[in-house]
Amino acid sequence: MQRIRLRYAKRGPLRFTSHRDFARAFERALRRAGVPIAFSQGFTPHPKISYASAAPTGVGSEAEYLEIGLQAVVDPEQLRVALDAALSPGLDVLEAVRAGEGSLADRIDASHWRIELPGVEPAVAQDAVTAFLAAPEVLVERMTKQGRRSFDARAAVARCTVEEEPDLPSRTGGVPCAIIDLVVRQVTPAVRPDDVLSGLRVVAGLEPPVPPRVTRLAQGTLTAQGEIVDPLEADREGVGIGGH
Amino acid sequence: MSVSSVFPQLEQLLPRVSKPIQYVGGELGAVVKDWDATAVRWALMYPDAYEVGLPNQGVQILYEVLNEQPDVLAERTYSVWPDLEALMKENGVPQFTVDAHRPVKAFDVLGLSFATELGYTNMLSALDLAGIPLESKDRTVEHPIVLAGGHASFNPEPIADFIDAAVLGDGEEAVLEITGIIRDWKAEGCPGGRDEILLRLARTESIYVPRFYDVDYLPDGRIQRVVPNRPDVPFRVAKRTTMDLDAWPYPKKPLVPLAETVHERYAVEIFRGCTRGCRFCQAGMITRPVRERSITTVGQMVKEGLEFSGYSEVGLLSLSSADHSEIGDMCSGLAEQYKDTNVSLSLPSTRVDAFNIDLAQELSRNGRRTGLTFAPEGGSERIRKVINKMVTKEDLIRTVVTAYSNGWRQVKLYFMCGLPSETDEDVLEIAEMAHEVIRAGREAAGTKDIRCTVSIGGFVPKPHTPFQWAKMDTPEVIDGRLKMLKQAINSDRSLGRAIGFRYHDGEPSLIEGLLSRGDRRVGAVIRTVWEKGGRFDGWSEHFSYARWVEAAAEALEPFGVDLDWYTTREREEAEVLPWDHLDSGLDKDWLWQDWQDSMSEFEQDDCRWTPCFDCGVCPAMDTEIQIGPTGKKLLPLTPVNGLRVPA
Repeated sequence: MQRIRLRYAKRGPLRFTSHRDFARAFERALRRAGVPIAFSQGFTPHPKISYASAAPTGVGSEAEYLEIGLQAVVDPEQLRVALDAALSPGLDVLEAVRAGEGSLADRIDASHWRIELPGVEPAVAQDAVTAFLAAPEVLVERMTKQGRRSFDARAAVARCTVEEEPDLPSRTGGVPCAIIDLVVRQVTPAVRPDDVLSGLRVVAGLEPPVPPRVTRLAQGTLTAQGEIVDPLEADREGVGIGGH
Repeated sequence: MSVSSVFPQLEQLLPRVSKPIQYVGGELGAVVKDWDATAVRWALMYPDAYEVGLPNQGVQILYEVLNEQPDVLAERTYSVWPDLEALMKENGVPQFTVDAHRPVKAFDVLGLSFATELGYTNMLSALDLAGIPLESKDRTVEHPIVLAGGHASFNPEPIADFIDAAVLGDGEEAVLEITGIIRDWKAEGCPGGRDEILLRLARTESIYVPRFYDVDYLPDGRIQRVVPNRPDVPFRVAKRTTMDLDAWPYPKKPLVPLAETVHERYAVEIFRGCTRGCRFCQAGMITRPVRERSITTVGQMVKEGLEFSGYSEVGLLSLSSADHSEIGDMCSGLAEQYKDTNVSLSLPSTRVDAFNIDLAQELSRNGRRTGLTFAPEGGSERIRKVINKMVTKEDLIRTVVTAYSNGWRQVKLYFMCGLPSETDEDVLEIAEMAHEVIRAGREAAGTKDIRCTVSIGGFVPKPHTPFQWAKMDTPEVIDGRLKMLKQAINSDRSLGRAIGFRYHDGEPSLIEGLLSRGDRRVGAVIRTVWEKGGRFDGWSEHFSYARWVEAAAEALEPFGVDLDWYTTREREEAEVLPWDHLDSGLDKDWLWQDWQDSMSEFEQDDCRWTPCFDCGVCPAMDTEIQIGPTGKKLLPLTPVNGLRVPA
């Protein structure tokens, strides 16, 4: 069985696709694209697809990962093109590589996020971030499957900085837009960007006037230097297999 | 003048509502066209939640037919849930289409497909959110033409004040003709304003424009007459019939949603119309005659529909699919074609006979077995004669037992409650039948591990059926009978445990009855209910019987009629019915005779295999029965191996 790993994006309006919605669409895309997907054994065979941790509904992503098992050998780039064409624009398959040793999950322990806060002055966001980082612990609450839970949002944050992009379209017309650059370690319970935003509210009363726009930029292994290592890097055999 | 997307404003609201994916579009099969490059623009609405509306075949077909025209643009809009409705009002975001998020108000036509009357309040919500005046009389040339279609449009009188026009019957050709009329009128500079375009539509004699007709009432509240109030519109408006379904093989490119919806399958209509003659069935009466799609067209549609959509389920739909003249070859041919795949084939199986099980066996050859449903509809043989559903108790039990002995472990039986002349005994016989089914089934299957589900729907008398004159039973009577039935089913604990029981309360049926057979005075009830917050009346968690009862009392009082007058009152032969000026092709005298036959428990055969019984449709509509067999067979598919990489 050939195993292929894919990186895909959830962009624009289709960032509102939930993980379940994506999974259904992806299975249909496999059929549309004629992918020789392998199936599990048993009374109700399931296609061999395993997902790495999925971005929350409403959050855009440039770095979602999954792995599929195939009954026949295919060229990864052709597979990428076929699957990308079979999915709605906005669900974009960016890269396909033959899976090497080890599991995808073992290569992901952190996420890099970008949080746009239209209507928030960068200086205000900076003060909140400074207060957040200075706190030894920031307790936030969220509904989980086990009910309302309180947990620390601070410890998992490996990096949190504020930048401002003056050429951002939302800046035109004098509307400020703070941009937070965030790296969070994967822990349990998961600390998500909205938990960090809750933390900014807790420590500094930061209340964005409109819903923030969040994008996952990367996932991978966090190095001691604070860099995120692309989880497909170890699978790539030289240059030119991946796309884009 | 170009129209911009409301998505930037909507996008701010979506993180705050449940299941935002239903509002963003982006489905496979969705079409977005350049607004300025098109001459006529349709917003098509299914007035219910996206999860119910998206799979609707009618909307999908018209969407594709219209968008195939180069100078026509069609987009879709659905009812938004109350959470988003509140936010849209608060933030000034209008009713939008999901395709390009354009405001509905900017379109030339807002076409609403009413499968059920319970969508009427949702229409008012959409008009209100769109910024379109609720009543036709208040609209100007700036507003879309609000056009109703679907089965409920065979009596649009309760919504006559809110719509501008209604189309009865098949829509494929009607939407193109309407498009042509609007295209010409716009090209001429919209002469004569709104009245003129509506008049041009009315002159086709198959588009009903309520404002051109006056209704007079008798002192006792009944209708005296419905007559045109201008000389150049017809006395009666005729329904549309699309002949030769092979020429209209839609949907070719079905809409495949990202959101979860009620049906996730490629559905192909294998024939339209039905002449089984079940007397409660409005669909069977108003869609005559039977027009089959040929086995080869169906095969082609299934192949292309699956390739396009990536679905793994196919539904062969119609009002009684086992009646297709080539159903045997169709099922075995499709089963053969898809035997080594994960594609499951299903047939809504309502016919109660062993043939149905043969078909189901064929379809489940690749191991994907779908459920079996039989619809005897009536509990006793007497009531089945009344409704013209010819099946004996012995036949039913033999059929279900055959299913159990062929490996099915679960069978669903569908009945109705509240049928004309029904007694407690008629309903209690459902329990006996279910007990016998389980007893005989256990013996045949050699195991106790079998189940049947008894599902009960409430009878609602519908216009253009022999039961259009019938009285309804009150919710108290219906609920009482259902309670008795439940007790009777559980009177034997061993058998009762194997029987599931599903039913609907009588209250929503009574309101559906008011809306189905209502006249223009009922419009005030709909408006009052909507103003008091009525939405999504087809959903039990949103439906409020008390709100409808109060609104009916308040709004009908000035007219001297009431809820009972519309629902639990039997009509006489001479009474002018609100829909008499709307021509389904059925001869009113024939309908009355069939109603009389029903009460004397006299059955009517099917005109496909017995001589014509003069229901009137074919001569009135200049149509004919179109059935096979063509004698053709489905050929094995050549498997295409390898990736489908776009050129």
